[in-house]
Amino acid sequence: MKPRFLIPLGVFAALVVVLIVGLKDSRTVGVLQSPLVGHRIPDWSLPLLNDPNRSLSAQQLRGQWYVLNFWGTWCYACRAEHPVLLAAQRDARVQIIGVDWKDENSDALSWLAQLGNPYAQVVTDKAGDTAINLGVAAAPESFLVNPEGVIVYKEPGVITAQSWKREFLARLPPQSTVPAAAGSGS
Amino acid sequence: MRAVAAAAGLVLTLLLVAAVHPAWAVDAATLSDPVLQARYEGLIHELRCVQCENNSLADSDAPIAADVRRQIRGMLAAGKSDRQIKDYLVSRYSEFILFRPEYSWRNAWLWGLPLVLLLIGAIVAVRIVRQRAALVNEDDADVDALNS
Repeated sequence: MKPRFLIPLGVFAALVVVLIVGLKDSRTVGVLQSPLVGHRIPDWSLPLLNDPNRSLSAQQLRGQWYVLNFWGTWCYACRAEHPVLLAAQRDARVQIIGVDWKDENSDALSWLAQLGNPYAQVVTDKAGDTAINLGVAAAPESFLVNPEGVIVYKEPGVITAQSWKREFLARLPPQSTVPAAAGSGS
Repeated sequence: MRAVAAAAGLVLTLLLVAAVHPAWAVDAATLSDPVLQARYEGLIHELRCVQCENNSLADSDAPIAADVRRQIRGMLAAGKSDRQIKDYLVSRYSEFILFRPEYSWRNAWLWGLPLVLLLIGAIVAVRIVRQRAALVNEDDADVDALNS
């Protein structure tokens, strides 16, 4: 007599393994992982919000750690994220470069005047081509870029106090601080 | 009279349903070259809107979908092949943007698994049928023995 009763038991055990693995990964289910993580950030060069005749580029930020944060005044979730960015700026561990995405300059300026400005620099992407080139799907999204220009992490949504600590600060070198002349545009 | 009202209501409902068909959300932008236009139509039906996930680029009126469509038109006009355009978008948004995933060794199990399950099912079915057939023969043998 073969132990046939073991077959359902085996199937059940396999199912349990599959479900446990699924539960462990459930936090990231439905979250798009950017294929750009681990690669050099595609070149970008965008006009400054407060001086559209000048621009800031990935080239100019080479040699510095920075966070590239896509936001817009039309984006409700960005309002929720804003206090976390302000706290991060006060910590001064890494400079945050804001990309005001598909927005009006006047709206962006009054938003920053009202809510405070967590950004070392703000550039504007009115057409949205740079956003597509960086694989941005919806605001807010943020990239952590190292001095070699490589994207070491991408946050595909709102940064929380916890995720700022866990995903951004944990990846910075311990002594990292905001550079004195934080990425001044040209 | 009530039948007429019901029929009118039904027609009205159907018209409303037709009016909100998502395909009508496609923007009116066209390319001057009809060949490019046909390729454009093909591409935007095969690529996913990255924000609204279950719509194609053709169906979606999200601003990001409009931006990606504009970019595709630009790349077509610049002489890029369909392959190059898809590769570019996959390199930025991952394979998620393709409605028809590419075949690869990594996802081969996805295509192969149904066949394997079908095979296992067929083997089990054949075994059960054979067993039952053997049972019937045994029964007949018993009956024959009783009758004799």
